[in-house]
Amino acid sequence: MVELCGLAGVVMSYVIICLGYMCIKHLLNIIHKYYLTLTKTFQLLFNTVSLSLPSSSKTQIMASHQHSQAIKGAKVLMVGAGGIGCELLKTLALSGFQDIHIIDMDTIEVARDAVLRFRPHISITPYHANVKDSNFNVDFFKQFNVVLNGLDNLDARRHVNRLCLAAEVPLVESGTTGFLGQVTVHVKGKTECYECQPKPAPKTYPVCTITSTPSKFVHCIVWAKELLFAKLFGDKNQVNDLNVRSNDACSSSENTNDVFEWRDDEDFEQYGRRIYDHVFGYNIELALSDEETWKKRNKPRPIYSRDVLPDKMIQQNGNVDKTDDLSSASAMASLGLKNPQDIWCLMENTRVFLEALKLFFTNRKKEIGNLSFDKDDQLAVEFVTAAANIRAASFNIPSHSLFEAKGIAGNIVHAVATTNAIVAGLIVIEAIKVLKKDTDCYREKLMRMTYCLEHPSKKMLLMPVEPFEPNKSCFVCSSQTPLSLEINTHRSKLRDFVEKIVKAKLGMNSPLIMCGAALLYEVGDDLEEDMIANYTANLEKVLSELPSPVTGGKMLTVEDLQQEFTCNIYIKHREEFDEEKEPDGMVLSGWTQAPPEKKDDKTSIGNGASSSKSLPTEPMDAQKDIEVKEISDGTASPGKKRKMPEFSEGCTLDQSNDADETRNDKKIQKLDDDDDDDDDLVMLDHWGKDTSKKQRLQ
Amino acid sequence: MDGEELTEQETALYDRQIRVWGADAQRRLSKSHILVYGMKGTITEFCKNIVLAGVGSLTLVDDRAVTEEALSANFLMPPDENACSGKTLAELCRDSLNEFNPMVRVSVEKGDLASFGVEFFDKFDVVVISFCSLATKKLINERCRKLSKRVSFYTVDCRDCCGEIFVDLQKYNYAMKRVDATAECELQYPSFQEAISVPWRSLPRKVSKLYFAMRVIERFEEDEGRKPGEICIEDLPAVLKLKKELCEAQSLNESHIPNALLERLVVGAREFPPVCAILGGILGQEVIKAISGKGDPLKNFFFFDSVDGKGIIEDISDPNPKG
Repeated sequence: MVELCGLAGVVMSYVIICLGYMCIKHLLNIIHKYYLTLTKTFQLLFNTVSLSLPSSSKTQIMASHQHSQAIKGAKVLMVGAGGIGCELLKTLALSGFQDIHIIDMDTIEVARDAVLRFRPHISITPYHANVKDSNFNVDFFKQFNVVLNGLDNLDARRHVNRLCLAAEVPLVESGTTGFLGQVTVHVKGKTECYECQPKPAPKTYPVCTITSTPSKFVHCIVWAKELLFAKLFGDKNQVNDLNVRSNDACSSSENTNDVFEWRDDEDFEQYGRRIYDHVFGYNIELALSDEETWKKRNKPRPIYSRDVLPDKMIQQNGNVDKTDDLSSASAMASLGLKNPQDIWCLMENTRVFLEALKLFFTNRKKEIGNLSFDKDDQLAVEFVTAAANIRAASFNIPSHSLFEAKGIAGNIVHAVATTNAIVAGLIVIEAIKVLKKDTDCYREKLMRMTYCLEHPSKKMLLMPVEPFEPNKSCFVCSSQTPLSLEINTHRSKLRDFVEKIVKAKLGMNSPLIMCGAALLYEVGDDLEEDMIANYTANLEKVLSELPSPVTGGKMLTVEDLQQEFTCNIYIKHREEFDEEKEPDGMVLSGWTQAPPEKKDDKTSIGNGASSSKSLPTEPMDAQKDIEVKEISDGTASPGKKRKMPEFSEGCTLDQSNDADETRNDKKIQKLDDDDDDDDDLVMLDHWGKDTSKKQRLQ
Repeated sequence: MDGEELTEQETALYDRQIRVWGADAQRRLSKSHILVYGMKGTITEFCKNIVLAGVGSLTLVDDRAVTEEALSANFLMPPDENACSGKTLAELCRDSLNEFNPMVRVSVEKGDLASFGVEFFDKFDVVVISFCSLATKKLINERCRKLSKRVSFYTVDCRDCCGEIFVDLQKYNYAMKRVDATAECELQYPSFQEAISVPWRSLPRKVSKLYFAMRVIERFEEDEGRKPGEICIEDLPAVLKLKKELCEAQSLNESHIPNALLERLVVGAREFPPVCAILGGILGQEVIKAISGKGDPLKNFFFFDSVDGKGIIEDISDPNPKG
């Protein structure tokens, strides 16, 4: 009975964050190289089950020396060397692996050297590159016995999944968030692939919430980072909605661009104040003129710099534009603000805003026009924090400290070194099982493992789960399920289709698009110039006006040569789309994506996708991150669960707990043989009602 | 010595984890003092975890010389025994751990752990021992319990692909956070002696088989005067005989301790590195919880077996303790 309750309780979904690349740049590089981590998020669910043991005691012996044959001869590829990756490299080396290849965007020399210190005779081959580079093709993947993922983003995971499917190499996938982690095994044709389960859509905010009607601090952060920062310091050619919602958009569109340009006759403070007054004063006045918007909302208040800071700023340390390292790196330093946990008043925010802007123009002028927000860029974080706080003040939203703002803006989610270490151990155990299958011939014992530290009362901290069979309707690993796309063929351009469907939804990296026998678009290194010109021209054409017109009833074939992956898309013409519900202006179906999460209801984390499915739903990237921060800031979410003021300074231990507790929505059946708990089997509904899928892999 | 507030350097270094457990927990961590004994793979993993987490100090005790076996699952030492000559296990580990995080004071205490008096343990908040005999486990646990302040006591052992963690937090109060409410909880932990004295028959029927198997092995080594892990396949018949006796004495059906499991533990006395990583991670997290007072602590045993993949918590304590 005790056991039954324990198991039942454990069956729930979890929020998982995949750890990102390390933050090598600073501080104690070994620590960072090795064990810190982080970012993005994905969300999962799971279920349970155990494996039956092999019958003879001999096969049960798993001592390390027993593995040596399979391990020593194995050639393994690690993709990603962030928090999990560094732990993984260490554990692989200790376990006797001798030929390890690693692809990572960052250089892994420090980690490599550290490992070679205690295992000098093994071979560690680093590739300082993006796994999406064209040289990492199917042939490259084929040389490995197993691929181990320690990635931090959905795109790369999907890409590697396809390469592993095409190369028929087993994949061990992993992710962690805070105290939760997961390891899954994917073997072509035998288990589900990484993409058999729906992936919840990344969280996006309606444009108007960001541009006109923010109600939460995160909206202000998105505005400051995606719109204002991008406008001032990013690529000038990038489409930017910063002014888009002003009612007289047409009349102002001509001069708005000029507003953000620095003029020769002004100093940087004057420039800063002009920007300030424009975005926090004028734009708010403009928004207020649309009375309809404010009937049911609190009106924002325009803020002008002269009201907050009447006098010209005094230069704190005379020669700011000299190469004083501290002041050039940080507005906080030059203003004498020390503690990143302090919440600044409006005046302080205004000073930071003006000072940071000035520092960008005086010290980092060359980068302007090419900057994108980076959470490790102190000055950028300061600017975004100040701008978000000033905007928050307009809309009567509580201010946040730089520490908190950085977490939200940088999608910094919890990193716990212990979880990475545990997950790395689990990956190695799974990898060895996969490899042993090649050498020994006994039945497969693949399984997924799960780790959850917040449930001691539920008895299981590490829960093994039997892998599911491939989803027969998976558009990636099953045979050619056609997708269908509703789209306005007279209005949508080929570019929209490429960006919103082929890249964002199908996860293709270098696509080739055909309509019948006609080639419409292609990406590659070896294309003729006239072809490139031709494709570039096609991108700007609406579908129905392409050389080979794409209209309702046509079938498009989209292929990624690197991934060796093809899908067919049946086109249906549709005239109108709901701007709020269908912001892409097109709808892809037959493609398993879970409905987007409701962002205001934290109890729904995971439920959106999990109510009918019981497996990892999955990376939500930005979405989950923001969710997590919203939960943790406590102040903004009235009345729900979180009444722990002492925890308000950071994300808390019990957070995952909260989330877990809300997800006991799985139906489980326990087929239990009391005398042998090694054969416990907990079964879950996987594909909705299709119980036939619940069989064990034998 | 330790300021009330975290320094700027600490805030920057521990940024990510402060986001997980909060500045308050980080402050408590930075004031905590940890003692460990048994510098093999599992403890090494544990040390790495808490050094990175930023504890105040870590004291290592292990006068043994480096052996090939000690190196097998230990990433703190070069594999060249000559390079290690003249230094003890603890000294070699200290040098590497210091590099991991210079803000943590890592030091070595020489001597025999069992000879340290009660007052020695007063300097620590947490004591973790690994690869100790049954007698040593009981002895150190009792010394920790004699002090007026609480010294959290843990044992951890890894054999083959199996592992066991024991936790004694004595009387531990914490706020249990659940969906709707926060409840003040008080946990009463038994000592190691008290826990293993709980009659086997009174334990739940489905209690982890590893619990019994570990007790048999532990008892065997104790009776035979062996060091922990000093056991091999030739001992199997004697181990099976002991199991039979213990089961009879405890009125436990012998099927609760499969012979195959005992065989694995006897044959593979060495640590399996992935299991070290897992045990070291869980133990690290438990110690962080106990220091910070945040999160539900494990009570009081944890078992992991990579063959079935389960990591299970068992509460093995007398349901009606005296007093």
